Amino acid sequence: MLAITTLELAHNDLDRLDRQLQAKVAQAPAFFENTPLVLALDKLPEAEGTVDLNALMQLCQHHGLRTLAIRASRAEDVSAANALNLPVLPPSGARERLVDPAPVKVVEAEPRPSRIITQPVRGGMQIYAQGCDLIVLAAVSAGAELLADGNIHVYGPLRGRALAGVKGNTQARIFCQQLAAEMLSIAGQYKTAEDLRREPLWGQAVQASLSADVLNIRSL
Amino acid sequence: MAKILVVTSGKGGVGKTTTSAAIGTGLALRGHKTVIVDFDVGLRNLDLIMGCERRVVYDFVNVCNGEATLNQALIKDKRLENLYILAASQTRDKDALSKEGVEKVIKELSEQFEYVVCDSPAGIEKGAHLAMYFADEAIVVTNPEVSSVRDSDRMLGLLASKSKRAEEGLEPIKERLLLTRYDPERVTKGEMLGVEDVEEILAINLLGVIPESQAVLKASNQGVPVILDDQSDAGQAYSDAVDRLLGKEVPHRFLDVQKKGFLQRLFGGRE
Repeated sequence: MLAITTLELAHNDLDRLDRQLQAKVAQAPAFFENTPLVLALDKLPEAEGTVDLNALMQLCQHHGLRTLAIRASRAEDVSAANALNLPVLPPSGARERLVDPAPVKVVEAEPRPSRIITQPVRGGMQIYAQGCDLIVLAAVSAGAELLADGNIHVYGPLRGRALAGVKGNTQARIFCQQLAAEMLSIAGQYKTAEDLRREPLWGQAVQASLSADVLNIRSL
Repeated sequence: MAKILVVTSGKGGVGKTTTSAAIGTGLALRGHKTVIVDFDVGLRNLDLIMGCERRVVYDFVNVCNGEATLNQALIKDKRLENLYILAASQTRDKDALSKEGVEKVIKELSEQFEYVVCDSPAGIEKGAHLAMYFADEAIVVTNPEVSSVRDSDRMLGLLASKSKRAEEGLEPIKERLLLTRYDPERVTKGEMLGVEDVEEILAINLLGVIPESQAVLKASNQGVPVILDDQSDAGQAYSDAVDRLLGKEVPHRFLDVQKKGFLQRLFGGRE
């Protein structure tokens, strides 16, 4: 990409410009050596009068700035440039048009539909509800595995494994009509059947939830 | 079009072949033209239980591979007019079967028969998969013990997901439970799962309960399907199951402990 310096003229006093450029170039002499330049005359106030383009260009060249083109809108500047065979770019207003602020769309967070299973989940089957809840309206056999990023509901005996919040959602819960599970897990905290069988709520309708890394089982 | 029945279980030794022979024979006895196909390639048993082992020339694999015609391979039962057997190959293994070959044979059988009974091998691998793939109805044979129930459960899952009907989104395979080797006495002692327990776990329609019976072993050693022994409890129970399969309402028998009579108690002995 070619970097082109633009010199926007705010006044038409060439002596003053000479001093200003000298001060500027003194700050970084190497930078202003043979620098390609666009002279912008379009921002020059009307009261400043006609620009002597030739003198202006010579002044710039003296300070190492090489004029490639001018940016102008006034007819006399355009014809002066044409006389010097210098390209004329459109005034900056045409290019700096403010972009309309994009209408801010209010995106309603659409709830992901739950995955609903109506057939029995047999041993050896694995069902994963990605990014949503899992609802099973039948029995879940021993050897079956339910996985969900959200909650798991089982409206039947739960004899297999149920793993809720598998992506780490500690707020996820497991609900079941009859706790007979091989394993319950929420966000990686689990209890196997060996522990679950000691629960007084074994075989009953329960919900499991996490509180501070402990899997709690409560009656529904 | 024939009805394709698969007799399956997942677990081995629960009575799939005994059941295939009994149900197939029962259907033929009731006038339906039936063929029993042995899918247990490499562990051929059906021909022994049907008593036709000496007449096997060509087998299922030969027909699949186009080495023999179906009519060359079909063995006609000597006892019943309507009953045929298609034996498995003993010298090959399950990989000798291909889905295309099996489909071709099943299709051809469907044109000739009313019922095609597929005797599935144990396991859930290729042989068992092909046996159930084209089925319309399944008889899931289960023993009243936890490992058999678990394997049946797994098989029910496969019937619901890996069959042709499941893959094509057709009406699912009609699943029926046949509980075999049932001993009411051991159930009351708590040594065996009861009918209700198994029904609750598997949650499918109960086709029948076959009591543990010495008649079964005797029948299979003699090469006579046990259903033909109408004096035995197992034979009668299979007979009831066939009636239920054909849509009849028959009450379940042999679920309770038989009270022994005075003389029986005096002289002991079973049955």
